[in-house]
Amino acid sequence: MSDTPLDIQVLHAMHTALGPMQLDLSLTLQSGSITALTGPSGAGKTTILRILAGLIKPQQGYIHWKNETWLDTKKGVWKSPQNRNTGLVFQDYALFPHLTIKQNIAFGLNPADDSTRVDDLLEEMELSQLAHQKPQQLSGGQQQRVALARALARRPPLLLLDEPLSALDRGMRQRMQDFLLEIHQKYQQTIVLVTHDPAEIFRMADQVVELEQGKIKTQGTPEAVFTSQYLPADGNALLAEVLSCHVEADGVTVKALIDQRIHTIRLSVGQAAELRPGSLFLLRYSLDSPQIMVVR
Amino acid sequence: MDTQPLWLTFKLASITTLILFVLALPLAYLLAFGRFRGRVLVEAVIGMPLVLPPSVLGFYLLLAFSPSYSFGAWIEATFGLRLVFSFPGLVVASIIYSLPFMVYPLQAGLQALPASLREASYTLGKSRWTTFYKVLLPNCKSAILSALVLTFAHTVGEFGVVLMIGGNIPGVTKVASVAIYNEVEALNYTAANQYALVLFVITFIVLLIVYSVNNRLLRVRYPA
Repeated sequence: MSDTPLDIQVLHAMHTALGPMQLDLSLTLQSGSITALTGPSGAGKTTILRILAGLIKPQQGYIHWKNETWLDTKKGVWKSPQNRNTGLVFQDYALFPHLTIKQNIAFGLNPADDSTRVDDLLEEMELSQLAHQKPQQLSGGQQQRVALARALARRPPLLLLDEPLSALDRGMRQRMQDFLLEIHQKYQQTIVLVTHDPAEIFRMADQVVELEQGKIKTQGTPEAVFTSQYLPADGNALLAEVLSCHVEADGVTVKALIDQRIHTIRLSVGQAAELRPGSLFLLRYSLDSPQIMVVR
Repeated sequence: MDTQPLWLTFKLASITTLILFVLALPLAYLLAFGRFRGRVLVEAVIGMPLVLPPSVLGFYLLLAFSPSYSFGAWIEATFGLRLVFSFPGLVVASIIYSLPFMVYPLQAGLQALPASLREASYTLGKSRWTTFYKVLLPNCKSAILSALVLTFAHTVGEFGVVLMIGGNIPGVTKVASVAIYNEVEALNYTAANQYALVLFVITFIVLLIVYSVNNRLLRVRYPA
């Protein structure tokens, strides 16, 4: 796959729940990379995905994808979503309620594809058992996988995921992350992922773009973006996710996930005040006593 | 009882409903998703029969269809069709008269679908047309059913317009609602009651079927 990047530059005035906002940014994505878009709601993350998919036509700007031009307002070029071959997984999954799981996935096929591809995808996504069910009979995680399978059916080289894992519980979310990484390993798509979850960003993304009010606030590797905000000067810390907190007489025992392993950390009541299961913090030891910095 | 007016009524309602369905689908799509100049004007024109007295509509249609005026003369010269005091005239008038009853439920049904269904179909490479008949229409079955039934029922109940442009020709334009009126005028209440009862019972049964089918459709979509 060539290295020619995805090149976007857009200027788009929009109305959000918080009032008018100007989306104004330029971005370059390497082919085959995973980019996480993050930032507060209403910052323009979903809008960027929709602009890439061709569902929103920005007022000004361009999108160059490999050797194609999808958008160039100066030259009056615009490619419809049908002609872009992006795979978009919607936040609400947007499965077709009148079709079975199998039919939903088959809907995404190119006319030239033969139908065994659907069976392959069903198997790959562990959905074979559910092939003849309707989407509304499935759990959130299952619907999510169907949406992903349907988006992958056309073999899109650009995969756009709008908070795909936010509705899932922890175990399911991690399984889906592994799954996405596997798919990415196999097909080397360029992926743009909207997410609020720092742990997800660390696990999955090569690049993070943090948006605020339609503009890029920070951009870089997950380490660079997150740790520059939180990390102590010597730069050594571990990212930990809280699993449980037990308050005892002389402190708090926190069980936390660090690098896929569960660790037990003893903290003072004051240190642990803001921690809840699911919280994310940076941990380092100085003079054998733990120091933490809450990220989320 | 002379059953001819009843058959004529149902023939008129069936033909009107069928033709209107085909005409109203693109209109409803346009109104549901289209952004164009003059949209308000189109909506107002389609909605007119809802509020206009049927006699007003009937009167203007009478003038328009009459061969002594240019439009009626043109129709007659071009298609060899006389629209006043004829069955084809009744069909055309019914289509105009019942237009909002077909267009509005379809429009509402299309608009009620999440936009993401359409967008998902587009990003999967499907054209607007394919999206329309493979994704949108199958997901507003209950709106389609409502539109068909409302149109049919509204046409069955038509009276003023029919009287104005169709008159009262047995077997041609004398539909059940007109027949009831005639019988009452002739103080023939038994005959009037027979027509009225048939319309009453059939209308009730049709609505009963519609609501039970609709309930079943809803249960399938949103299981408890």
